[in-house]
Amino acid sequence: MQGIPGRGQCWAAVLAAVLACSMMGAGIGLLTAGEPQRYRVEGRRSGYTYLSAENQQLQDDDFANPGLLWVEQGEKLWHQADGATGMACASCHGDPAESMRGVRTRYPRFDPRRGKLINLEQQINRCRQERLQARPYPHESEALLGLAAFVSAQSRGLPIDVRIDGPAAPFFEAGKAFYFRRRGQLDLACYHCHDRLAGQRLRGDVVSQGQINGFPVYRHTWQTLGSTHRMFAWCNVSVRAEAYPYGADEYVNIELFVAWRGRGLPVETPAIRR
Amino acid sequence: MSQPRIRVPRRAKKGEVIEIKTLISHPMETGHRRDTQGALIPRQIIHTFTCTYNGEEVFRADWHPAVAANPYLTFYTVATESGRLRFAWIDDDGTVYATEADITVV
Repeated sequence: MQGIPGRGQCWAAVLAAVLACSMMGAGIGLLTAGEPQRYRVEGRRSGYTYLSAENQQLQDDDFANPGLLWVEQGEKLWHQADGATGMACASCHGDPAESMRGVRTRYPRFDPRRGKLINLEQQINRCRQERLQARPYPHESEALLGLAAFVSAQSRGLPIDVRIDGPAAPFFEAGKAFYFRRRGQLDLACYHCHDRLAGQRLRGDVVSQGQINGFPVYRHTWQTLGSTHRMFAWCNVSVRAEAYPYGADEYVNIELFVAWRGRGLPVETPAIRR
Repeated sequence: MSQPRIRVPRRAKKGEVIEIKTLISHPMETGHRRDTQGALIPRQIIHTFTCTYNGEEVFRADWHPAVAANPYLTFYTVATESGRLRFAWIDDDGTVYATEADITVV
């Protein structure tokens, strides 16, 4: 689309216009894609390395990345009083850049009180119930995704560092077993695609290693932000298996295994994925 | 939530071509999808975007159901004088999401 500045009165003329919806990849070409080395650790490759240059630019652009809409929303909720106590996240945790830095890298973790693992979304909801005496947010709600993305974004660039020893060990083993177990009508385990065939094509797409260091991610397929559990469920359905409900123990266990599998990869939240 | 984000240079030289970036959260529901019960999900999209510069329209776009969710838009205009740029996204339901930015032209 191009126009020519008119003479006389028309003194604010549009010269050129570029319309790009988020689907088309909004890279403007001003920012170079991040240096690839950051996204590879000893053979472990972030999903970022499987993206097209345009999608990498979209993720790196701190304006155009649509995931930041949720991060902004999460920041508002962080300061917003809620529940019977009239407190907000900020009442206890103060400056998130300090108090939440590194938090994302440690989840899921073993929780002694529940006697099992807890992931970041569950921790946010528990805080809401116990500290704010507010209702927990539903899974995949805009509010929970927003807060999870905001908290995760405070750890951007820090390496994933989950604990799998001690009391977490049996849950880690359960997650590992899940990863290697065949399921669904296609009779595939996570392992078959994401280890053996990673980097090869599945129809028009490249199979990634299935790393979760960028979650919650903005996924073009969904045109919205989604959690690891939504992704696990999506993968399960794709191999014609029945998905577990969001927040199921099975998914929290495999979340720990997959996080460990990508240990050392930097937190990229909010990442862009296809 | 439909929260708009814009990026406009704070200062520009007179006659300079400036780049304006906009992003808004919106589901852009096409009206062609069905829910789990098989019923059509009604169309709800932002059908018009406008930008005015000190009251004069300098950019307008008509959007249709094929535009993706959370539409991102970049366009250019000429910095003519100091003043205010107003942006409006008009929803099918009549809601106008509006925001504005000031620019100093030297």
